[in-house]
Amino acid sequence: MVLTTQLMFQAFQMLLVLALAPLLTGVVRKVKARLTRRRGASIFQPYRDLFRLMRKEAVIADNASWIFRSAPYLIFAATWVAAALTPTFRTGLMFSWSADLIVIVALLGSARFFLALAGMDVGTAFGGIGSSREMMIAAFAEPAMLLAVFTVALVAGSTELSSIAAFMTSDAVGLRVSLALALFALIMVAIAENARIPVDNPATHLELTMVHEAMVLEYSGRHLAMIEFASFLKLLLYASMIGAVFAPWGLAEDGAGVARNALGVMVYLGKLLGAAILLALFETATAKMRVFRVPDFLGAALMLGFLGALLLFAGGRF
Amino acid sequence: MQSTLALDIAHLLAGGLVLVSFMMLYQDRLFALLNMFALHALVLAASVAWQAYIQGAEHLYVTAAIALLFKAIIIPVALHRMIVRLGVHRDIETAIGVGQTMVAGMGLVALSMALMFNVTSEADPLVREDLAFSLSVVLLGLLVMVTRRNAVSQIVGFMSLENGLVLAATGAKGMPLVVEISVAFSVLVAFIVIGAFLFRIRERFDSVDVGALDEFRGDRR
Amino acid sequence: MNEAALQLMCVAAFLALAAASLAAGRRPHASAPLYLANAAIAATAFAVSVAALIGGRGPVLFDLPIGIPWIGAHFRADALSYFFLAVINFGAVAASLFAVGYGRQEREPHRILPFYPAFLAAMNLVLLADDAFTFLLSWEFMSLASFALVLAHHHDPENRRAAYVYLTMASFGTLALLFVFGLLAGPGGGYLFADIRSREFEAGLGGAVILLALLGAGSKAGLAPVHVWLPLAHPAAPSHVSALMSGVMTKVAVYAFIRIAFDLVGVSDWSIAAPVMLIGGATAVLGILHALMERDIKRLLAYSTIENIGVIFAMLGFAMAFQANGMATPAALAFVAALFHVANHSIFKGLLFFSAGSMLNATGVRDIEQMGGLIHRMRKLAPLFLIGCVAISALPPLNGFASEWLAFQAVLQSPELPQLGLKILAPMIGALLALAAALAAACFVRLYGVAFLGRPRGASAVEARDPDGWSLGAIAMMAALCVLFGLFPGVVVDAVAPVATLALGAPLAPQSGNQWLSIIPIDAAQSSYNPLLLFAFIAFSAILAAFVSRLSASHAYRRSPAWGCGFEPTGPQTQYSGASFSQPIRNTLGRIAFDAAESVDMPSPGDQRPATMKVRVRDLVWDAIYGRIATVINAISEKLNGLQFLTIRRYLSLVFATLVLLLLGLAAWS
Repeated sequence: MVLTTQLMFQAFQMLLVLALAPLLTGVVRKVKARLTRRRGASIFQPYRDLFRLMRKEAVIADNASWIFRSAPYLIFAATWVAAALTPTFRTGLMFSWSADLIVIVALLGSARFFLALAGMDVGTAFGGIGSSREMMIAAFAEPAMLLAVFTVALVAGSTELSSIAAFMTSDAVGLRVSLALALFALIMVAIAENARIPVDNPATHLELTMVHEAMVLEYSGRHLAMIEFASFLKLLLYASMIGAVFAPWGLAEDGAGVARNALGVMVYLGKLLGAAILLALFETATAKMRVFRVPDFLGAALMLGFLGALLLFAGGRF
Repeated sequence: MQSTLALDIAHLLAGGLVLVSFMMLYQDRLFALLNMFALHALVLAASVAWQAYIQGAEHLYVTAAIALLFKAIIIPVALHRMIVRLGVHRDIETAIGVGQTMVAGMGLVALSMALMFNVTSEADPLVREDLAFSLSVVLLGLLVMVTRRNAVSQIVGFMSLENGLVLAATGAKGMPLVVEISVAFSVLVAFIVIGAFLFRIRERFDSVDVGALDEFRGDRR
Repeated sequence: MNEAALQLMCVAAFLALAAASLAAGRRPHASAPLYLANAAIAATAFAVSVAALIGGRGPVLFDLPIGIPWIGAHFRADALSYFFLAVINFGAVAASLFAVGYGRQEREPHRILPFYPAFLAAMNLVLLADDAFTFLLSWEFMSLASFALVLAHHHDPENRRAAYVYLTMASFGTLALLFVFGLLAGPGGGYLFADIRSREFEAGLGGAVILLALLGAGSKAGLAPVHVWLPLAHPAAPSHVSALMSGVMTKVAVYAFIRIAFDLVGVSDWSIAAPVMLIGGATAVLGILHALMERDIKRLLAYSTIENIGVIFAMLGFAMAFQANGMATPAALAFVAALFHVANHSIFKGLLFFSAGSMLNATGVRDIEQMGGLIHRMRKLAPLFLIGCVAISALPPLNGFASEWLAFQAVLQSPELPQLGLKILAPMIGALLALAAALAAACFVRLYGVAFLGRPRGASAVEARDPDGWSLGAIAMMAALCVLFGLFPGVVVDAVAPVATLALGAPLAPQSGNQWLSIIPIDAAQSSYNPLLLFAFIAFSAILAAFVSRLSASHAYRRSPAWGCGFEPTGPQTQYSGASFSQPIRNTLGRIAFDAAESVDMPSPGDQRPATMKVRVRDLVWDAIYGRIATVINAISEKLNGLQFLTIRRYLSLVFATLVLLLLGLAAWS
């Protein structure tokens, strides 16, 4: 009986992230449009886009191999699993112990690996440029991410997201300099990883500065739908991860009743809305930077993460 | 007596000052640097005011007010005007790459922690950590001065250095108000002197790049 | 008859095979049966060592009445040697099977066949040696046998240079080890390992010995800055030997370091851990950055070996730091991570080198910029090579990630260390390891993307075909192990537990009892990882996604030319090349590591000159150390050159002066 409820919650979370991911992107786009005094498309537009793409015929380049055709599903699956293992509305999900924070980061790394390969598969300059830059960004983002994870894990004494979230709700945390630094680092990494302004522009198409869009330029139809969906999921994942670690309020505990879980879902929706508004505000207020400023940007994130970790390693109550 | 939360906030503000120092290192445009400096002063004012609140020391409020008024408002505005009048607001400074500067800054923070933890091992841990933060801010201010070519940003570096000193003083619970006010005014005087000096440099050399001064040193014939 | 004796019999069999190969090597069709015989012997040795390791056999001794009269030759097999024997002989089995097919293309098999079993025998002997003389003798034998193999294709002047550099560096390494054992034996001259173990070492002497061992073993393993021979020598040998040198011989060096530092001396001083960690971390990043710049596939793989060795040594450094402070569990964790990575690296590096050999045979080139599109032509090799690339990039759920994950868990234990220096160093090394892992992913995306994907970049790539069944079989075996070790890391962690007990005195908690085969290094609340479940989860989700899109989405697809932004489809030269792929990293990290610089010559409009771009990359380590040493030696030899043209009287007076000087010295000393 316990097992069934647990399994149901896990399944519910998998469906929840799937259902909410396009909405989050839709809200971000909508808020951005309103901020620039445009009316903007409906917040449900990403769903329509996905359905439209699914119905369309896929055009595959002559030279594309099986990697090109299977990568979208792998990328989608890896991102989905990572998102499903991140606490959203409750902690202690059935399978959450099978992957800690480091594994979740690495899972996204696997997804990126295949995306970069897919970018190089057709053998055009655009795909290559995207893959090359994506891997460069990853090379700087991953150490920064890991150091932020170290900081969080050291404060909470665990790398399991559930345990971290549980610890963060307790009184033992207080306000900590190191956590503030880790939060900054994590946000910067999240911006880079999700191809947002100022690192990359999610709305651009034919520009030499683009990264993510260049990699997926050859994709169309259902394959593109999978990749788009994966990137929606990734944004949601980062929002829930940062929410679970730095704003863990309202997370239902393991074994809580249905009403408590429903409340958790409501709070989670609120958090996502907040994240969407903040992201849109930030993106509207900033300009995209040159691609060779990105290492500086992520280098700063790396330094912040390192500083945070250093404070903790040095001991004392930071 | 003092709750952990109060101390945590004091800590967070001190750490915030280090963070803003880092952000100053990262900027490569003068206006952005000035904004960061204003933020630096703002965080300092908040930090001092918080210390005043938890220590119950009224005179620290005056220090906070001075920081807020002069450093967060008057000096940035004045510098802003100065930059516009000098016509250097489009200058990009690339004395040393941002990456290397950040790494050096990191090393300085590590150094100040190692130092403070070893030297003051008997002191109260919180004071110790505050001192480590202040020393980091001072060193980072020096780093800003060393790595920038432009005289304006050297002023900014100097001011942020001084902010670090103020932070150390307020954390140490016992610096008289007179000293602080005199420090604040001496900084102001220094600012005015340097400002006047800047215009003189510009008149002579058509640039505020301090590298231009080197050519007029007596020892280089 | 104990395990040590059984292993020695395998060594004898290898040596006999070497002699037989000397006789039969020139005959046509001799190579396949000879390699099969090698595989059979190695398989026996492997089976014996694995059985002993899992069976938890204690140390067994075996003496041979040969060697230096009053010392003899002593051999010993314990958990540490069993583990490394298993790694090495497994690599040998795979390489021999691969060579059954690969060796057919060899033009001069008689230059390889006799040395190959000798090389295997030498590596086995090093692991069994129980006194300093036997150890050094086997070590030197191993160097010479591999030197002969590096020189197998001696017609190429580059290979001759590689062999020369290798020989020099190997002599240097042996010299350092000579000092190590000299210091260890002390004035009493107890050269038996048992005698050395019973001695007490004060901190200074122990530290000096470990640093010398780091230099000596590190020069064989490829630690910076004594790594320079490795990217020259490993690729020069035939590919199956490259795989052995990169995947296996470097592990013998790791063994030597562990044996000396953990077993013979014992770690008691934390300050010696810091240089090991630092050199390990720096080596990892430097190695993978070099690999990113490289276009020769075998040199790229050799540089990546340097990276992995760096990771292993960094972890050993962490183990030393924990051990010196009496933190048993974290020490065991770091140590197990290092050993796990040893096993993993020997597997995927074997896989990658075998594949590189097959690609070299199929295309005739080693330059990846001449390959491209191999996925359409080497259809069977492509997925196997992909598994190797994913595994070495430390991505879940394959084996590279499992050891990397353990390593990060070990780093997370380091705030408990009491020394401030180590506390500051630990997150830095953690960041370096993460950077190395991310760069490795970039490096192998580049390798796979340029060599296998896209369109053929050279005429030779068009005609490429899959390799023969033996080669593919060996590669597939390695790929299967990558997956298995990745999915069942607990099995490996448990298997190396006796090694940790031997070296550190305490193993990691057994993993076999954990729920659903997950690994829990310290505590379930702290961290756990279950690759099997994760893999099942991903597979399920991927299949579900594919199924749903099959049900609901349009099935139609159309092939069309790639989108060229409105231009006609362009030639394969317009693809992203390996050099352009690594350009962003070259312009950022490369500026620091290689002093990289670009200069572009763009002719003005109307000018008919072609535009050119030049990239300069310097090997700073070579320039700063080896270049200077070479200059000094050249200068000295220039001076000494004059001595060749003296009169006999002058020569006689030189001899006389020397004699008088020596006598003076003797008089002053006594």
